[in-house]
Amino acid sequence: MRIPILKLHNYLLISIQTEIDDQTAIQFQEDLLDKIHKNGSTGVVIDLTSVDIIDSFIAKVLGDVVTMSDLMGAKVVLTGIQPAVAVTLLDLGIHLKNVSTALNLEQGLIKLYQELGE
Amino acid sequence: MQPQSCVNIKKEWDIVGARQLGRDIAKKLGFRTVDQARIATTISELARNIYLYADHGQICFEVINTVEHKGICIIAVDVGPGMEDIGQALEDGYSTSGGLGAGLPGVKRLMDEFDIQTEVGKGTRVKVIKWLR
Repeated sequence: MRIPILKLHNYLLISIQTEIDDQTAIQFQEDLLDKIHKNGSTGVVIDLTSVDIIDSFIAKVLGDVVTMSDLMGAKVVLTGIQPAVAVTLLDLGIHLKNVSTALNLEQGLIKLYQELGE
Repeated sequence: MQPQSCVNIKKEWDIVGARQLGRDIAKKLGFRTVDQARIATTISELARNIYLYADHGQICFEVINTVEHKGICIIAVDVGPGMEDIGQALEDGYSTSGGLGAGLPGVKRLMDEFDIQTEVGKGTRVKVIKWLR
């Protein structure tokens, strides 16, 4: 199973709609970095509206992919984190401090426009 | 306590299967969304520990339904290598697998009751309970 990555001008859009297992998460990490490299994308929005659980492994993969993309020169915004997911992440002691977030896909795109000025 | 239902953890995908079953049970019991997420996350962490460290094991669910208490009990059992130092395993940020080290200490915070028994070379048994409020 692969998570689709859509290209929109200089940005990449991802909406995670399925239950993520470890393998899918790792595959996604590789796919995203590849796409950033191939397309020269400067911004990425990962929408998590449909994700109802983020455990410590998936949190690590997401945090890592943000850092890796940043190293390559692309800014990632995570959007649509559900209230229950935010609560459990904090219980787990995971704060994703250096990660940019927004309420929804629309706000995430606005954030990228503002910060990247394109 | 009502009879147990158990899920074998052998493959990576079993982690997802176990947490889906756990969430279904929690939902039926009347847990609200946040607690459903806490329960599913707990199962995911415990199942991953089995998969990572012990290769295989079981996650069992028990429904607690007495006059005074309602809740879900989750038991994770394996016959893996066990842990030398439980104290260390329960510290935030301690991991021997390159993870975040959030698993066990996180589970302790996600649940209401937490019990762990482990013996080096014999295995580990983690029992947690979430009460329905």
